[in-house]
Order: sequence, then structure tokens, then C-alpha cells
Amino acid sequence: MIFPVSATNGSATQKGLRVGLFIPCYIDMIFPEVGIATLQLLERFGLDVHFPLGQTCCGQPMSNSGDESNAAAAEHLFVENFAPFDYVVGPAGSCVKQVRCHFDAIEQTDDVRHVRQETYELVEFLHDILQVDSFPWAEFQHSVALHNSCSSIRGLGIAKPSEIMGAPFDKSAALLSKVRGLVLVPVDRPDDCCGFGGTFCVTDEAVSARMGLDKVHDHLRHGAEYVVSPDMSCLMHQQGIARRAGLDLKYVHVAQVLNGGPF
Amino acid sequence: MSNTKKADPAAAAELFILRDQVHEPMHDRFLWATMQRRDAQAAAIPEWEELRELASKIKEHTLTHLDHYLEEFEANATKRGAHIHWAIDAAEHNTIVHSILESHGVKELIKSKSMLQEECQMTPFLQNRGIKVIESDLGERIQQLDGQPPSHIVFPSIHKTRRDVAQLFARKIGTDPNNDDPHFLTEVMRNNARPRFLAAGAGMTGGNFAIAETGTFMVCTNEGNADIGASVPPLHIASIGIEKLVPRVEDMGVFLRLLARSAEGEPLTQYSSHFTGPRKGGELHIVLVDNGRSRRLGMPDFWHSLKCIRCGACMNTCPVYRRSGGLAYGATYSGPIGVILDPTFDEFKYSELPFHSTLCGSCTDVCPVKIDISDQIFKWRRVMAKKGYLPLVKRLAFAAAGRAFGHPEEFRLMEEAGGPALGYAPDFLLYNHSLNPWGRDRQLPQPAKKTFREWYLANRSEHGND
Ligand code: SF4
Repeated sequence: MIFPVSATNGSATQKGLRVGLFIPCYIDMIFPEVGIATLQLLERFGLDVHFPLGQTCCGQPMSNSGDESNAAAAEHLFVENFAPFDYVVGPAGSCVKQVRCHFDAIEQTDDVRHVRQETYELVEFLHDILQVDSFPWAEFQHSVALHNSCSSIRGLGIAKPSEIMGAPFDKSAALLSKVRGLVLVPVDRPDDCCGFGGTFCVTDEAVSARMGLDKVHDHLRHGAEYVVSPDMSCLMHQQGIARRAGLDLKYVHVAQVLNGGPF
Repeated sequence: MSNTKKADPAAAAELFILRDQVHEPMHDRFLWATMQRRDAQAAAIPEWEELRELASKIKEHTLTHLDHYLEEFEANATKRGAHIHWAIDAAEHNTIVHSILESHGVKELIKSKSMLQEECQMTPFLQNRGIKVIESDLGERIQQLDGQPPSHIVFPSIHKTRRDVAQLFARKIGTDPNNDDPHFLTEVMRNNARPRFLAAGAGMTGGNFAIAETGTFMVCTNEGNADIGASVPPLHIASIGIEKLVPRVEDMGVFLRLLARSAEGEPLTQYSSHFTGPRKGGELHIVLVDNGRSRRLGMPDFWHSLKCIRCGACMNTCPVYRRSGGLAYGATYSGPIGVILDPTFDEFKYSELPFHSTLCGSCTDVCPVKIDISDQIFKWRRVMAKKGYLPLVKRLAFAAAGRAFGHPEEFRLMEEAGGPALGYAPDFLLYNHSLNPWGRDRQLPQPAKKTFREWYLANRSEHGND
């Protein structure tokens, strides 16, 4: 089933562009609804979206742990799968950051450069490339704490980091504010890392868990019912901690909110 | 290179967190509040980002012309009557200091805070040779009384509560263990330290900046302790790392505006003292120390760390440091700057440090001299992996994952074999079968009944051959 294209959004020139859908492995296996929401949302804008079946992983776990030789195979495969597309879009800031900023375990051919340059995290693709100005199909009658991941903020620039001086901006908040009913609650430490950090969360379990618990309490203290993020990996970590501590918070991906589900 | 034990920051940090409900939360809150003051101070300066850029450029320029500026500094400082000494490493630094003290018959020495002297392990060296060394900075003195190194380069005893200090003073100085009023404690320290200033035969300081143009060096403190140490005893010895050089006096207009704002969220330190030559009737010795710095200057990926002005902002902003306490790093320098400096002294011993980070990048964005700290942490991980310093379980897990992620058929097989196989999902999930620390404080995520891939094949069959 293909959703009808909404006429209210997106510049006409973007229609018909071929978009490669990059679904990181943990979303594929644990949060398929995030992949579905992303695909449906992109299709609403008239894009020709494909999920290359040969994709596996961006190689981030190996690369982040300093293991270049094992990262290289994953990087080759990624480029092979996504080089034929105009854009590559993935609902995961840290994986996109990996492609854009750290795909250097392999030779920088034209294909590699193209893929690195045209791979976007979902929020920045909607905000900067499609310049979406409304989500008429979406409604979310809840108070929401926004969690922009560190890789999205400081790696991709989807929001102004608190350490850098200048005019504030937040692309995720800008998109979410267009959703009917949704109320964003302010939090004390919006861009303090939640402690996920990939392998860090098991190799440095105590610090990771403490950071996560502090994050959960910050959200709860400000009356959030939902935590929404462009990065499901942070949310998986926070959700695990909240559940273990018996704290009542719900975690969903920004794609699910903007698409109106599935939840 | 080393047969010493590896520092294990993750385990030490866990002890800090589990110790009680007081220390880690206090440490985190204090440093977070410091960061908020820093943010407010930085925001009040419209040209903040330009200042950072300028500071970075000045340091890069100086470091790439270091031989020139060092010689200029030596010539000008000598002209003003200072004695200049060159030390290739910690041992030579300590020997030089000791011989100066010995030739002056000094038996007791008062010193202000110097990370370089800490790096050189100068205090134990001198104490072993019968010279009494007293720290005059309050936080450093607390650490000295407790037999611990500083846990922070600006707030040396920040991991301690007021209560800890009251009890320490009670043990070491004999005061009331239940009186943890900060004014009382400071007064205790002051009364304890004052006579030492008078008794000391020499005062030692570090140096925050050394100005080539004039042969001046600057020491920035809040307590004025460096100034007394430099002014009361007849002999002043300063230890200065060769990377502390700046070309001109006017450069201080850039660095002083950044330093205290970044360090503690204040416009300026209480004392920013310039020392140009000895004071009347006194003697001034400056020891310029390399101790691995010129080797670091030759490391393409890591030489930028020499721009550091030791403000400590990267530590205050670091979410991992705030939860770990500085002692957890088991090294002279802790926090993000420690993670990138310490391995240059001993790669094996500090090989775990680059993994004690979430790579969140906050340090890079806060650094007043724009050191790419987070990227350097990432690059140090590569060094550690190449040298084979990765722990074995990590190596095996990544090798398996590397094969799986590089070969789609194998990846699919694993997905099918394990249901949606948690064992081959990325990152943390890699560990579930062998270690499973994930589950200690977190519920495991429930694998979905159907993967996205399966859904896609069922619902977008027209794209089936993508
Ligand atoms: S690395 Fe930068 S932020 Fe950290 S102490 Fe040095 S100058 Fe300050």
C-alpha cells in the first residue's frame, strides 16, 4: 500500500527523487515500527523510496572501538548498496554521523564521496532538504521531552550545542512544534549525554547507567509523558533504565510522531 | 613500554558511584553549575566564538614556531635577570630544581599549584632528598594532607565533600571533625599555612603563560598563594612547559578573557600576576620543561593537544568525568584532556582511557582553544586497537561483527538463526551473550516479532528486488 502524496509540502523539484532508505540493524530487528514510520513518512512527500536489501550495518560499533580493519568491510558494503541513490536517509543520527564523518577506513572513491555527502538523518532531511512546513496527518496530544542525541547535535548540527555561543536553533523541535496537540516541555540539561555511547554502555556500565538515570529523572521532573528522539539507540538505553527503575515514561521515535504512527 | 598495571577508569568510576548517595551527585552538580556559569559568561561576550578562534590560531602559530619563541623568551627573561634552565624530561627537571635548592641550602619549600610539577612527580623526589614541600593552594594542600594527587586541574579536591575535609583536618591538624563550615575550614588552613610561608627558603610556582616578547610569565590564581610564595622567600623557581609560550603581551588580552570564564565561570581569576625577572634582592629561576612535548608536537593526529591552557572546562562539561571523579583516571591528567594527554606518556598503561568516553563531543565545543578533543579520543581508540591493547572479549566480538556486517548472507543467517539475533545487533548488544552488563541496570529491549525487512518484503513487494 502506498500512501497518497500530500500536496501541501516539499518543493515540487524533490518529487520522484530516488531515496535509499537506511535502516540500521537495531531498528530492523528491535524497532521495525520506526522503519515503517520513516518509509511511510518519506513516501507522503512523493519520493521514490527503496530499502536496499543487501544493507547490514554502517560499521560504527567496530569503528568507534578503534577497529578499522573490521569497519572497512561494512563501509564497502554500505557504499555498494547506496551509491545508486540521489539521497540516503536514515532515522538514526549516530549511524548517519558515522557515514558522513567517519567513513574513512576505505579509499575515498567518487561513490564513497557521493554517499557520504548525500546521506541524511531523517530530521535534517525533512527540515533542510524537503523543508517541510506541516504534518497535517499527525496529532499527538501529549507532553513531550525532546532528546536530541549527541551525534545529532554535535556531529550533524541538528540543534545548537549549549557550549557554542550564537543564536539557538533546534530542527527536531521545529518539526515537532508543527504537530497538532504536541507540547514540548523544557528540561534542565537538554544536551547532556544520556550515557548510551554504543559499546560504552556495557564497557562502562556504572557510569552509563547513572547518566541514563539522571536523564530519566530530568524528563520526569518536568512532567513529560513521552520522550521523543531522532535516535532510537539513546531511547532504548533510557527506556531500559526507566523500566528497571519502575518509572513511567514512554519512548518513541520522531518518525513515529511525525507520521502519526505506527506506535 | 611499561610493565605497570593498566589504569581501569570504568571500575574506579563504579566505586565512586557506588560509594554512597552523596559524593557523585555532589560532584556532578557542582561541576554542572560551574558549566552553567561558564555558559552565561561566554554568552555575555558577543565575540566569544571569535576569541576561541583567535586563541586557537595564536597557539597554533606559536607551536609551529616554537624554537623561535623559546629562544626569544630565554633571551628576554635572561636580560631581565632570570636564570633559565632547560629540562628534557621529568628527571632532569627534578634534578635541576633539587640542585638549585641544595646550592641555596633550602630545607623547606612552599609551592603553588602546578600540573607540570605533578607530572614530574617532583614532590616525592624532593621529599626523598630531605626537602619539605608544602602545597599552598587550599585544594592542593587538602590533597597533599590526604596523600592523594589532584582530581581536577583547577579544583584539585572537588571530589571531596566539606565533611570529608573537616574529618581530614581533624585527623591531620586536630580540629573539630564536626565543624564543616567552609569559613572555619579555610581559616584553619590559612593559620596552618601562614607560618610555612615565613619558614620556607624558596617558593615554587608553575606558569600559565610565558610571553616571548618580554620574558614574562603569568600565574593565575584565586587565593594569591602563588604571589606570597613568589614574594616572601628570597628564591623563586618556576616550572614551565615549553608549550606555554605566547608571542606577545597583547595576546594575553585574548587568553585572559577566555581562561577564567572557561575554568570557573568568572570574568577573571582574583590574581593574574606577571613575573618579569627577579624582585629586588631576590633570585628567579625558570625551568623550561619538554618531558615528551616536542615528541607530541611531531604527532600529526595529536599535536593540537599542546594548545591546552589547562582551564578544566572540558572536565566540567564531560558527563563521564562528572560521574567518575578525577581519581578514577589513575593519571596526572583526568577528564577529556587527560584521555588525550596521558597515553602520550604511557600508551599501554592508559590504553583504557580513550574508551572511558561516550564521544558526545561536548569537550570539543567547550574548549577555549578549540582542541578537537573528541576526535582525538576517537583516534586514540584506533591506536589502542592497532597496538592490540583492546581487551580480548572486545576484539573477538568486533571481529565476529566485522565479518557479519561485511557479508550480507552471513548477517541474514545470524538474524534468522537467533530469531532477530540480539547477539549480532550493534554496539552494546554485541556483548549480551558473553558479559551482559546491559541487564544489570536496564531491562533488555524486546526483539520485534517481525523485522522491518520482513515487513518491507511483505508490504512493498513491488520493490522486492532492490
Ligand atoms: S583541553 Fe581545552 S577545555 Fe580542556 S583544559 Fe585544555 S584548554 Fe581547557
